[in-house]
Amino acid sequence: MSQTEYEVKVGMECHAELLTQSKMFCGCRNEFGGEPNTRTCPVCLGLPGSLPVFNKAAVEQVLRTALALHCEISLHTIFHRKNYFYPDLPKGYQISQYGSTPIGVNGYLEIEKADGSVKQIRITRVHLEEDTGKSIHSDGAGYSVMDYNRSGVPLMEIVTAFPPDIESGEEARLYAEALRSVLLYLNVSDGRMEQGSLRAEPNPSIRPVGSEMFGVKTELKNLNSFRAVQRGVEYEAQRQAAEIEAGRVVIQATYGWDEEKGVTVLQRLKEVEQEYRYFPEPDLIPIDFDTEYIESVRASLPELPLARTRRLREQYELPAADALQLVSDRATADFFEESAKAAKDAKAVANWLLGDLTRLANAAGTPVSETPVTAAALADLVNLIVAGTITGKIAKQVIEEMFVSGKTASQVVADLGLTVSGADEVAGIVAGVIAANPDVVAKIKGGNEKSRGFLVGQVMKAAKGRARPDDINRLMEEALANA
Amino acid sequence: MAELYELTAADLAAKIASREVSAREVTEAFLARITVAEPSVHAFLTVTPELARAQADAIDTRLAAGESLGPLAGVPVALKDNLCTAGIETTCASQILRGFVPPYSATVAEKLQDSGVVLLGKTNLDEFAMGSSTENSGFFTTGNPWNPDRVPGGSSGGSAAAVAAGEAPLSLGSDTGGSIRQPAAFCGLVGIKPTYGRVSRYGLVAFASSLDQIGPFAHTVEDAALLLTAISGHDERDSTSVPRPVPDYVQALTGHVEGLRIGIPAEYFAEGISPEVRAAVMSAVGVLRGLGAVVDEVSLPYTDYALAAYYIVAPAEASSNLARYDGVRYGMRTARSSNHIELFERTREEGFGAEVKQRILTGTYALSHGYYDAFYLKAQKVRTLLQRDFAAAFERFDLLVTPTTPTTAFGIGEKSNDPLAMKLSDICTIPANMAGIPALSQCCGFDTDGLPVGMQLMGPAFSEETLLRAAHAYEAATDWHMRRPNL
Ligand SMILES: [Zn+2]
Repeated sequence: MSQTEYEVKVGMECHAELLTQSKMFCGCRNEFGGEPNTRTCPVCLGLPGSLPVFNKAAVEQVLRTALALHCEISLHTIFHRKNYFYPDLPKGYQISQYGSTPIGVNGYLEIEKADGSVKQIRITRVHLEEDTGKSIHSDGAGYSVMDYNRSGVPLMEIVTAFPPDIESGEEARLYAEALRSVLLYLNVSDGRMEQGSLRAEPNPSIRPVGSEMFGVKTELKNLNSFRAVQRGVEYEAQRQAAEIEAGRVVIQATYGWDEEKGVTVLQRLKEVEQEYRYFPEPDLIPIDFDTEYIESVRASLPELPLARTRRLREQYELPAADALQLVSDRATADFFEESAKAAKDAKAVANWLLGDLTRLANAAGTPVSETPVTAAALADLVNLIVAGTITGKIAKQVIEEMFVSGKTASQVVADLGLTVSGADEVAGIVAGVIAANPDVVAKIKGGNEKSRGFLVGQVMKAAKGRARPDDINRLMEEALANA
Repeated sequence: MAELYELTAADLAAKIASREVSAREVTEAFLARITVAEPSVHAFLTVTPELARAQADAIDTRLAAGESLGPLAGVPVALKDNLCTAGIETTCASQILRGFVPPYSATVAEKLQDSGVVLLGKTNLDEFAMGSSTENSGFFTTGNPWNPDRVPGGSSGGSAAAVAAGEAPLSLGSDTGGSIRQPAAFCGLVGIKPTYGRVSRYGLVAFASSLDQIGPFAHTVEDAALLLTAISGHDERDSTSVPRPVPDYVQALTGHVEGLRIGIPAEYFAEGISPEVRAAVMSAVGVLRGLGAVVDEVSLPYTDYALAAYYIVAPAEASSNLARYDGVRYGMRTARSSNHIELFERTREEGFGAEVKQRILTGTYALSHGYYDAFYLKAQKVRTLLQRDFAAAFERFDLLVTPTTPTTAFGIGEKSNDPLAMKLSDICTIPANMAGIPALSQCCGFDTDGLPVGMQLMGPAFSEETLLRAAHAYEAATDWHMRRPNL
């Protein structure tokens, strides 16, 4: 049997809950979690006689996203009703732009691959709809209960174009990461995949390399992390290939992701096309944009992640990986730039930020840009190192103290007397160490250069990290020559 | 001297304002009348005597304190039971909403409360406003006060019968395809379907969202104008309500129709219109001409397609609007379900009546994949053509006069097995809903059985003042509106 080589093609549907104050069609607060059914009203509970009124802020957030994704903007859009029955859907229909002209069409998002190459992933639509409530199933209780706090939360859907441009699990992950980072930059989503406020649903299909036809696709749901997106697509592509190799066919279906076992699990077959009976929502008036408004929103867009990554790399001569990591969160990148401008060594700022400060922030569960260590304080720390006032080793101690006390680097150094030891002081320590270890000195004189390290270590220990390595080496050289 | 319950709302309001009678006395008079009339009329699903008395007393207290209140203060009204009222059961005459007590009030109910109006209760209708006779009510059929063996019309039959029987001086109904005008015609009242967007639909339980409008029933044009003024206006909670100032419609009642251009659309006088109705309407046109109106014929060729298109659009929207009645959150829930699918299916099977189910099925079909273009989309195109028909006519005419219904009130049970005949009774009223224009029905005579005949006036969007002015001039020249049924 010949071993066929397959390629995978992945479409992506992503949903993001928007960061508006209130829900899509009513005044209820838009927040995550909380006591069930405490943020509901006649509108989002679908009580008889209630009517939706659309939230202009949600419309603007979708417009911002569509512009950031290089979409063409529809000047006139309407809402449709998507009709189906489910207990979490209080009106028996979801108000969505799915069945109509979306706000944004024909855009793209660029992803940067590990080898530095950039790939455009085409986007077919960016539109607005409302979220559903949540069913809470209690095992063995014989009933389910409903929480409608999420019902009517504004949801943005972003769908990639067909034929799919994404061709691997890695690309699927990079796309989801790049999208999240754009949404965070636009401040339209909190991007929390683990809470479901950002949901990425890839639909991979495979085909023999060289084939013109597309294979049957399956839909992957509840992928709660970027890693899961990549692994899910990779697993599914292998599973589909195994099906075909075994002489079976791929069946159109929805699969869930089992994170523990690392496998996809069949959830629902899609034998028949769901009948949603889309029709224009008669309770809402159309959304009409004028071009002046669109241009004003476009002008207000921030610099987007990929452009910023490129700029950081060039302007601050950062390694690609550092630039990417800094830019993945807008606040972190802003923090970096603020600090770098005040510092004498931007690369060192990046190192301290991505290294010690990130470690401390993670341990404390705080965003790196919101710790007691301000951008100015970090710049101060770096400048002290550059000026030779403290050593890198001492700086590690200083930043810990800064993190706890909120003091500046200079304050900490002054308070704890951590300034670098002067050459005289180091010379004294070196002399003491040499005097205390005549046998080692003799070995070195006898040609055993390795023993020199022991003496240097003794000096560093005695200087408590405050001696500059250059000073120690130079003074040790001189002292040994005279000994 | 006339009994209090026989007076117009304007007269009652004047007597209350001058403290000739108290709001409480007026309320008691209508509550007493309800007790007398209900055994034969069955207009009310819920009577709210305690609330009414409390509201009336509150008005009396404010008047005693020297407050000057609005033009309807202390006047009782009845509301169709598809208008949500906080704390008062609202059923849409459907078993599926039995026991549903809304936590909020419809905008019109709030506006009326702010006007100092006293709520007497909630009136019967065809289930979810689907029907033309109240025979589709999930609870009971309302009788026509002019002849209890006849239907009062529908779907707002309870609201019409309540006013005709003197159980309330005013009431509100809703009109999707004629549900205010047809019962107004059958009961000898003034009934208005305002321009789409004139009155907020917030709190009106939706039947067909793009067609529904709330409007008044009254004995006189002035009373209808008073109530329309009180309920009209933009509402932030209804996106389809129009931000346009509300005139005092009573000010429009000048009595003058000289030079008013009235069109008589031939299509509304065609086959199927009873000779007695035709004669009464044409005679009324003669009266208007005598008052100085200029009358000519006009053609609205797409009228013939209105009924068919309506029976696509209305059920399609209804099939979606009624999806929320699933037994999960409120109203009735089946006792026999072991999973959510059964819960939906059995609740809806047990809770909805036959007519509602039939329309949900029709609408579901019309929206289904592969049929949408042929049915729903085509029906919407017909709607556009109807609107153009009217637009062309209104270039030449200020308003159009037609019969409201092909016949006078038919017998209870007479058409309940002939759905097509039942639906044809709305043939003259449906086009105004499809075009979104305002229309008014008023009494223009009685047939040989002593049943009222209705005349319909239609005008361009937001021409309510013109309609009211013409209707008022006609009313002043005739005395049909003075007649009351013998109960
Ligand atoms: Zn709400």
